[in-house]
Amino acid sequence: MTDIIKKHVDRRGVIKGGMASILATGIMPSILTSPAYAADYLNAPTGKTVTLGFNVPQSGAYADEGADELRGYQLAVEHLNGGGDGGMLNTMTPKSLKGNGILGRKVEFVTGDTQTKSDAARASAKRMIEKDGAIMITGGSSSGVAIATQSLCQEAGVIFMAGLTHSNDTTGKDKRANGFRHFFNAYMSGAALAPVLEKAYGKERKAYHLTADYTWGWTQEASIAQATEAIGWKTVKKVRTPLGAGDFSQYITPVLNSGADVLVLNHYGKDMVNSLTQAVQFGLRDKQVNGKDFVIVVPLYSRLMAQGAGKNVEGIFGSTNWHWSLKDAGSQAFVKSFGQKYGFPPSQAAHTVYCQTLLYADACERAGTHNPCGVAEALEGFKFSGMGNGDTLYRAADHQCFKDVLVVEGNDKSTSKFDLLKVVQVVPAKQVTYAPDNPMFKGGELGKCNPGKA
Amino acid sequence: MDAILLQVLNGLDKGGAYALIALGLTLIFGTLGIVNFAHGALFMIGAFCAVSFNKLLTFSIKVKDESITFFDAYKEVPYLEVWWGDTGKAIIDYSVPLSILIAIPVMLLVGIIMERGLIRHFYKRTHADQILVTFGLAIVLQEIIKHFFGANPIPQSAPEIVAGSAAIGTWLGLSDNLVYPWWRLIYLGFSLSVIAAVFAFLQLTTFGMVVRAGMHDRETVGLLGINIERRFTIVFGLAAVVSGLAGVMYTPILPPDYHIGMEFLVLSFVVVVVGGMGSLGGAVSAGFLLGILQSFASMNEIKSLIPGIDQIIIYLVAVVILLVRPRGLMGRKGVME
Repeated sequence: MTDIIKKHVDRRGVIKGGMASILATGIMPSILTSPAYAADYLNAPTGKTVTLGFNVPQSGAYADEGADELRGYQLAVEHLNGGGDGGMLNTMTPKSLKGNGILGRKVEFVTGDTQTKSDAARASAKRMIEKDGAIMITGGSSSGVAIATQSLCQEAGVIFMAGLTHSNDTTGKDKRANGFRHFFNAYMSGAALAPVLEKAYGKERKAYHLTADYTWGWTQEASIAQATEAIGWKTVKKVRTPLGAGDFSQYITPVLNSGADVLVLNHYGKDMVNSLTQAVQFGLRDKQVNGKDFVIVVPLYSRLMAQGAGKNVEGIFGSTNWHWSLKDAGSQAFVKSFGQKYGFPPSQAAHTVYCQTLLYADACERAGTHNPCGVAEALEGFKFSGMGNGDTLYRAADHQCFKDVLVVEGNDKSTSKFDLLKVVQVVPAKQVTYAPDNPMFKGGELGKCNPGKA
Repeated sequence: MDAILLQVLNGLDKGGAYALIALGLTLIFGTLGIVNFAHGALFMIGAFCAVSFNKLLTFSIKVKDESITFFDAYKEVPYLEVWWGDTGKAIIDYSVPLSILIAIPVMLLVGIIMERGLIRHFYKRTHADQILVTFGLAIVLQEIIKHFFGANPIPQSAPEIVAGSAAIGTWLGLSDNLVYPWWRLIYLGFSLSVIAAVFAFLQLTTFGMVVRAGMHDRETVGLLGINIERRFTIVFGLAAVVSGLAGVMYTPILPPDYHIGMEFLVLSFVVVVVGGMGSLGGAVSAGFLLGILQSFASMNEIKSLIPGIDQIIIYLVAVVILLVRPRGLMGRKGVME
């Protein structure tokens, strides 16, 4: 018995030693790589499968959005592997995907729970990279979380495809060479909203900002203030509110006496639901100030959040990355396969992560490798369409997508909980495009892509 | 002037919720000697009584949604509306106040089960054990609620007739800007009446007298042949009802989610400590006091003097009061010392 074991160990030892010497002498890379990119990168897939890591909030305040992101991811995996009706695989152009996985390897996935906390998100991303061998991490449902995960992926050497993150900093001062964002940002919200606000409410307005006190809130406050001041509005006051304040009454009552006639709520998620509901209860929308109707603006809308605020969103303007009621072929194909699978239309969160997964897979196909540097190069400057936002560019300078942005309004004739928002205007990409050195995005360097160590 | 009056109202309103939760906490601590970290969860369960009752009333039939053409989607029409038309609509409209009727027995039962099933096994254990087990219980209850209701807040509306705000300024001959939501005024009145009812119960009934005697000297009351333990179980149930009702009525102010109780729990403990451990009057007055202070600290004028004061004021006040009066505002000698 001992002999057998001994033999076995010996054989293993020989193989190990052989492998090590092959690696050491550098024979291996020249056999297995594509000409441009080496195969000795972190988590290089060797078998018939490739593993993606979906890092979404499965608990905590954004768990419902996280659940919808996960649905989007699962649908994307199904379509990549040739299942279902193919969804956007039928509409995306140009397209290198064949419906046989990625580079012929079947796509598998692991999931992590970010709990909407940066440290938990980093820990679960780390686990998926180190233990599960994930070749790409995607997700996030808060800019704080996305930025933290993005820098972790940069250090580890895998691609990060950002999910829901709207802070300018994600592709601004905190941008990274391994990180890519399909979702729009606060600057784009301001640029898209301002003309609509001007048309609806005029040039002579005084705005009062209530702002969630963290990276996203700050950049959105700055973006909206700048965009509205450019159309002649005055900013009366900017008040920061603690994240998750719950009862906002003590922040809302001062608005009544401030002389402002617009309230801008730079809140998201639960904060948005609460502050908006309470602002309406305090009669702000029935008020007349400076001879004008008092109005509320919610610059970043999400359908799931609109459900929480119910009737209170009626007639309130905001912006969103995508909405299921869009009529273009890409959106319709996605809504159809999502609706058939789950029985209700997808949210913008599900849409952006679905697109990100397809875009990543497509980039791998074009690069002929999973090597993060190859994938990054394939994504940089990539122009595509048929994914629901018109002609889109993944800009090389900052890894931000430039595409059409939607201005939406709370629907006063909604017939179900799915059409609480209606699209007022599809703002063309040109109007929301900015120079990479725009002061709001200044500082920080992309740096060099990191393929990690094999 | 308006601004100050508005912040006083805000403070009283929030203080009402703090006072109701702190009152229950103090009752439990005073009678059973238990530091109950699951008390916030009782507030949350109360709020979800309102949510469930509303769900029950709006139990719906599925009708094809013609507005969605991409695939077969359905929207829901409540059976009550199908059967009774406008009467059904009116009942749904009043679901929050009506759910009080459901919440009282449910909360009483929850409280008694909690006490008999779990907490009584920890009477003789240290406070640290009690905190751990009740905190654990709170997390379990939260996760159960999250499993059934999801993580997003679920909005509940006040009856249409009190949905707007009261023009207090116009009544008092002050500025038109002085308006306050009707429901918040109702909440204030409601919390005051519940507090009054609890005090009346303890002061004016024989049951209350025995409980007060038991709080003072449990052993002697036991020696008199009174089954004080059973009464304390009922007191626990009562405390659960009080914080459950606070939760029910708070739902139109703050859409409840599974975490709503925790947000109130920490503050309520500070309220109890500031008011004085074991003092019912102290808990109530500290609740209102801290509510008002918190509101004033959020005024822009004050925040521009001391940035961030709105978030630490309560703890700052707690530190000062404990330094000056180590037993809290109305604390009795010998309690938790």
